[in-house]
Amino acid sequence: MIAAPTSGTGPVLELRGLTRVHGHGESVVHALRGIDLRVVAGELVAVMGPSGSGKSTLLTCAGGLDSPTTGAVLVEGIELGSLSRAELAALRRRSIGYVFQDFNLIPALTAAENVALPRELDGESSRSARRSALIALAEVGIDELADRFPDDMSGGQQQRVAIARAIVGDRRLVLADEPTGALDTETGEQVLRLLRARCDAGAAGVLVTHEARHAAWADRVVFLRDGLAVDETGPTDAAESLLDAGTGR
Amino acid sequence: MSIRQGLLALLEQGPMYGYQLRAEFETRTGATWPLNVGQVYTTLSRLERDGLVEPAGEDEDGHAVYRITDPGRAEVATWFSTPVSRTSPPRDELAIKLAMAVTVPGVDVRAVVQGQRSATLRALQDYTRLKSRATGPAPQDLAWLLVLDSLVFAAEAEVRWLDHCEARLARAASERGTEQPTPATSATSVQEARR
Repeated sequence: MIAAPTSGTGPVLELRGLTRVHGHGESVVHALRGIDLRVVAGELVAVMGPSGSGKSTLLTCAGGLDSPTTGAVLVEGIELGSLSRAELAALRRRSIGYVFQDFNLIPALTAAENVALPRELDGESSRSARRSALIALAEVGIDELADRFPDDMSGGQQQRVAIARAIVGDRRLVLADEPTGALDTETGEQVLRLLRARCDAGAAGVLVTHEARHAAWADRVVFLRDGLAVDETGPTDAAESLLDAGTGR
Repeated sequence: MSIRQGLLALLEQGPMYGYQLRAEFETRTGATWPLNVGQVYTTLSRLERDGLVEPAGEDEDGHAVYRITDPGRAEVATWFSTPVSRTSPPRDELAIKLAMAVTVPGVDVRAVVQGQRSATLRALQDYTRLKSRATGPAPQDLAWLLVLDSLVFAAEAEVRWLDHCEARLARAASERGTEQPTPATSATSVQEARR
């Protein structure tokens, strides 16, 4: 069963006044100091910033893997803080896909089994979960590798499996933490094209990266400094201006 | 310069007239460096003066066609086998601006860096949008994609350099002492930290 979009127009992800403080006393670290962000369906937002700027904390809070100190995270209109642990885990499996730098695939499972796992955990029959997995693998262009194990694949192929796992069952929020970090430039670009295509097909995406070349695939780029958004770059209005931008200086 | 060698390289594939050369040049580079036809004819007459091309009559529509000579072919071969020189870097307005900004008191260097980074990233987004549209298998499409990649990597290098400047400025300001760097003092502190 593919979950129908709960609301057509509301943001898929909304962060309201997010703060996150690690530690206390002398060693207190303010990882996030008040972040507001809305990501709607069809939109890819990149978050850039130096190490320690809070960008990974932002992503783990958005994915329900970490809880904000104050503020709220809403995924498809549901506030994560209001959920029980079991409800949160179920919402994560149904709505949120996560792509990590180091792929995080389970080595003892084939590509299809890795992708099917969240569906099976969610109570889907293994036959139906495999069908969903094959659809997701086809979407990222590697359905012919369905029965291979991660160790028998290249880094780029493993990351495609990880993306398939993140989008299986039509999850509408895809969070990617440096997904190209371990890949060469050409393979990394293919991964970005996949994320971009997934967002163009209706998902909402957040991409944490320190590479401007990859952030440029996003509709908006948010710069973090010391836990605050210092700047935001949207697309330019006039596409014609770009050649001037490249050669004018 | 590159227009001269670029036109010669095109003529190596066969005789052409001015408008044709302009169109072929722009197909391969995606009109990133637009040529006017006057430039093309000026270049052709210099190439002819130097013996690298020669007139090859007119086609049925009356266009003056040029063909490459043997010395012209040699020039193309030399061009492809010689690395482009980096000994005289092109004057870089941004580097000059930053150098001025850190030494002229009262300039908010962080704001200069931040404003530039946003602008460069916007250009990078535009290039990337163009890239996502241009995906044909033809060699001309590939040529255009590689030109776009060149712009992408150059813009990315600029963003990385700006990140580096920002981090370097922050470190210089903190090395200077305990006072919060206001724009003016952060500019002077970097200046002094450099001595």
